[in-house]
Amino acid sequence: MSSSLAARGDHPVYDYKVVRQFSVMTVVWGIVGMAVGVLIAAQLVWPGLNEIWAPYTGFGRLRPLHTNAVIFAFGGCALFATSYYVVQRTSQAPLFGGWLVPFTFWGWQAVIVLAAITLPLGMTTTKEYAELEWPISMLLTVVWVAYGIVFFGTIAKRTVSHIYVANWFYGAFILTIGVLHVVNNVYIPVNLWKSYSVYSGTTDAMIQWWYGHNAVGFFLTAGFLGIMYYFVPKQANRPVYSYQLSIVHFWALISVYVWAGAHHLHYSALPDWAQSLGMVMSLILLAPSWGGMINGVMTLSGAWHKLRTDPTLRFLVVSLSFYGLSTFEGPMMSIKTVNALSHNTDWTIGHVHAGALGWVAMITIGAMYHLLPILFGRKQMYSVKWINIHFWLSTVGIVLYIVAMWVNGIMQGLMWRAFNEDGTLTYSFVESVQASYPGYIVRFLGGAIFLLGMLLMAWNLWRTATVPESEPADEVPVEAKA
Amino acid sequence: MDAGTLGTISTVLVAVAFAGVCWWAFAPRRKKRFEEAAKLPFERDANDPETSESDPSSEEETAKQEQAKNNDLSRRDEE
Repeated sequence: MSSSLAARGDHPVYDYKVVRQFSVMTVVWGIVGMAVGVLIAAQLVWPGLNEIWAPYTGFGRLRPLHTNAVIFAFGGCALFATSYYVVQRTSQAPLFGGWLVPFTFWGWQAVIVLAAITLPLGMTTTKEYAELEWPISMLLTVVWVAYGIVFFGTIAKRTVSHIYVANWFYGAFILTIGVLHVVNNVYIPVNLWKSYSVYSGTTDAMIQWWYGHNAVGFFLTAGFLGIMYYFVPKQANRPVYSYQLSIVHFWALISVYVWAGAHHLHYSALPDWAQSLGMVMSLILLAPSWGGMINGVMTLSGAWHKLRTDPTLRFLVVSLSFYGLSTFEGPMMSIKTVNALSHNTDWTIGHVHAGALGWVAMITIGAMYHLLPILFGRKQMYSVKWINIHFWLSTVGIVLYIVAMWVNGIMQGLMWRAFNEDGTLTYSFVESVQASYPGYIVRFLGGAIFLLGMLLMAWNLWRTATVPESEPADEVPVEAKA
Repeated sequence: MDAGTLGTISTVLVAVAFAGVCWWAFAPRRKKRFEEAAKLPFERDANDPETSESDPSSEEETAKQEQAKNNDLSRRDEE
């Protein structure tokens, strides 16, 4: 790329263009995915909303759209953006792969758009987090292989001897997700938009949750730990607390995570020993998870005052608190007796969102607020004040969301297991739905507040990209600009 | 071999592997190497536009920036 054509913020050696594209799309897909989430939360409060454009807007069709959009579109773009940025900077080499680099961007966007079209149309494999039908699934595989070539190719041509720990986590994430995706998506197609899995019965369920739980473990955890190991030290301006601990963290986490998926199938047809193994491995998982969290948080030791003035750092560090919360809650819920209460209740939804909003989204937002000014050639975001407002909107939104789901979940679990003296059920199912109603309203509010923060982020991004640095927003009162 | 024996063997192997990773990571002779690796995110090359900005190793510079930031904030509070 000749320098005269380079956009503001381009790097003379590293490829920042693809990082910028993925970063912008992270914000865009974040808003889309979370907006769909708020819509389906509203559908549970006002069921009439299912009929906006029936049958395409039914809850059953929009829910997979929401999960795919937030995990693979929002989270995926964030992982592409940050991994491409981090691998270049810590390997001190530009991206490998030539045309494969833009191919990963456009290929990934194509997968997302195809998902957004086919899921509301009802084309689905019905496998959780793997709903996309076989042609899209194949395209995804090709894009993923290209991603692997670009990432590992860049590592191979690094000019420093050591491979930084963030790249180990990104590498494990790319490799494992590739294997999981291919194994879980072995289909026999019957026509262009319908296929059947080669697995059946209990085997199918086990493979699905081996995939599903490791989508959490490697996509939503290992990948985002890669973000943590680069962006927390960078934003705090000091090296990670213990590099040695990060090595133990890496090997312990990746070797334990793959065994935990069976906890999704407690009290099912899965053999009892496999359920117990899944439970024990989930409990062991607490140790590497908290080891990593402590390593991230302690990076700030001696620099805690920075949290007062730097809202970006606050996003990153609070995301680690939510990571600690959900990696404690997860092992606890995998204990079979606890699971007997929590399974199929809203508690599970609350747990997922403590991780997805608190950990994944907040560390992504923090990393983006670090990255976006660099990518647009500025010292900082257009408005640091708005970052602070965004932080509080996110935090309040998450707390409302997860508290509502805790209350609902435990209440539902207790109502479903209540018996009368003669052995009949104390409550009918619909009574537990009615009792959940206030919780659904609070959850909708929490989600809407979180989405509001994302809209503020998009506006801040737009101003960062278009307004020259010489006009700092924070010096003038906000009303004057509105 | 029954499942119990297999379980025992694998548990011992995993424990040994874990101890091995800990030993490898925390052995004193590799300390310096890992300390250098931990500084990788702060490495800058000649073509980096950020070179002119603060260097994390110079605490003085950082302190100055913090000071400037604090001034900014207090000024904002007065408004």
